[in-house]
Amino acid sequence: MVPTLAGRLQTRLFLLATVGVVLTVLVTPLLPVDAPLGTAYRASFGVLFAVALLGLGWELAYHGLQQFRWEKDWPTMFGLLTALNEGLLVWLAVRADAVPGAAGLAGSAFVIHFGVVWVGVWLCANGPMRVPFLRWRFHGGRLL
Amino acid sequence: MLAEAGIPVHDTSLVTVGGGIGSFVLVDYLRIAGAPTSAIRVLSNIDHPWQTYRYLTRVSQIPDHERIRSDSGSTPDNIWAFPSYAVREAFAARSLRGFLAPLWQVATEPVLSDYFTPRIGAVFESMAREADRISYREMLVSGQVRMVRRRAGGGYLTIITPPKGHAPTRRVAFRSQHVHLGVGYPGLKFLPDLQEYRSRYGDVRRVVNAYEPHEHVYDELIRRPATVVVHGAGIVASRILDRLITDRDRHQAGTHIVHLFRTYVRGSHGPSVFMRRRGGDGWAYQGFNYPKSVWGGQLKARMRTLEGDERKALYDTIGGTNTPRRRRWQAQLARGRHEGWYVTRVGEVERLAPGTDGTVVTRVRTADGMLEIPAAYVIDATGLVADIREHRVLADLLDHSGAGHNPLGRLDVERTFEVRGTRSGPGRLYASGAATLGGYFPGVDTFLGLQIAAQEICDDLASQGFVPHLGVARSVSQWARWMRNQPV
Repeated sequence: MVPTLAGRLQTRLFLLATVGVVLTVLVTPLLPVDAPLGTAYRASFGVLFAVALLGLGWELAYHGLQQFRWEKDWPTMFGLLTALNEGLLVWLAVRADAVPGAAGLAGSAFVIHFGVVWVGVWLCANGPMRVPFLRWRFHGGRLL
Repeated sequence: MLAEAGIPVHDTSLVTVGGGIGSFVLVDYLRIAGAPTSAIRVLSNIDHPWQTYRYLTRVSQIPDHERIRSDSGSTPDNIWAFPSYAVREAFAARSLRGFLAPLWQVATEPVLSDYFTPRIGAVFESMAREADRISYREMLVSGQVRMVRRRAGGGYLTIITPPKGHAPTRRVAFRSQHVHLGVGYPGLKFLPDLQEYRSRYGDVRRVVNAYEPHEHVYDELIRRPATVVVHGAGIVASRILDRLITDRDRHQAGTHIVHLFRTYVRGSHGPSVFMRRRGGDGWAYQGFNYPKSVWGGQLKARMRTLEGDERKALYDTIGGTNTPRRRRWQAQLARGRHEGWYVTRVGEVERLAPGTDGTVVTRVRTADGMLEIPAAYVIDATGLVADIREHRVLADLLDHSGAGHNPLGRLDVERTFEVRGTRSGPGRLYASGAATLGGYFPGVDTFLGLQIAAQEICDDLASQGFVPHLGVARSVSQWARWMRNQPV
């Protein structure tokens, strides 16, 4: 991908609000959680919100790192590997009770939910996104 | 006036001149956006959009099974680039390994793998399928376009000479509101010293251009060991070297290669830590002919805001001759250097002259003095492009229709690819491709660049009501039709 900063932020928020929400709705009932479904959903959406919010900061950092690349590109695999640092930070936030609704969330449930959402968003950003939004890839990932 | 001269006049809404891949991708966009075939005429001297491209790639050593330079998402047959060529190759594979290999490559490029690039044969097949789907042939008119002129009443007249026997008159005119020019390269230019040798000694066998047929060079090098001098440091030079080395390996050719650089790149280079391009062993390395973000990211956005000298300066920084750093080529040249059959020389060629035993001697001015290199063959792979005036339609536009030059000396176009200064009433004249290099968008001379230009032109035409705006709903429904190979 060849994102601009505005494109990064817009694409992240859009994909988490669409693909992220749909996948969260679908995957949450299947998570290994000993709690009523409502509680599980509160935790999952809390995590999704944290990924979006903290991600805005991460995107600034990635944009800074991208400046050292001659091509000003962001290779596809970086989009997958950044799950590690982002996932870790969100998990630390969960453990520190900083994520609303996610107190006491099991590690396994977090990993499954976060992984499914991340891979889903990554796959959509690397192909299907171009179908409805013809101009998106030529505008650095901007939708507006 | 035309009727008095006995020239028949046909009416249509939009004429595209050229009929190569530039015309094809524009027509594809317009048809998908909703233009009927009757609204478009493609005036061309070739039968298939990929014909000229195929000729040039073949002679410059890319046969149908080989891979080209453009990436997985540069899909001239599919405006969405989904599924991309890598995904299509995976799903067409007959083994698990064949399925996984292209997906792994495209997911890990360019860090763990070289860029995925499609096989040229697959690209042609996909374009043929799309041409049928959009009824391309219904819009095709054969002939040689002579000129495009503005009409007093608005719009344009395009004059074409049909092939002999195809029309009752020598000339036919097309009257249209809009015109698009996708005429490709204005022409190829030889290095002046090589051209002088060819003219003076009438020898076109020993001194050849990579973009003209030159199979005889490889045939003879397989038959007897000899030295060949290669000029150039771009993708075509890489291809020529690959062919020469492959012939050494497969056919035991005893070829000795002298690679001549005018500028020798020793390592990473660029104006700042944020703008440093990789390089080494003489070459500047880059996946594509410009940094990737010119096709959609930061550099595209930045260039769009620059004018005149500032734009030229950025072109100078990101341009220049370069080639992809492919693992195969790195290994080939390292082996050649180690075994002594591949050597590099740096300098300015002073002149070429016939030597003894039917050789041609290249005299090179190097930092250490004059060097004479006798060789059986000299291959010019510099790929110099001629002035846009060499193309008669473009020259006529410059002289009679108000077109001008951009900061790099080629055809000056707006951000919408409208040729600046040529508007005719409600009619607009557009151009895309190599002739427009130097404009607000640098990557013009590539599949993806042609698609970006086509999108800009289609959107501009939509804003004038020529076609409906290609929005989310139509894009999705048309994509579904593409997937099922249904007509637009």
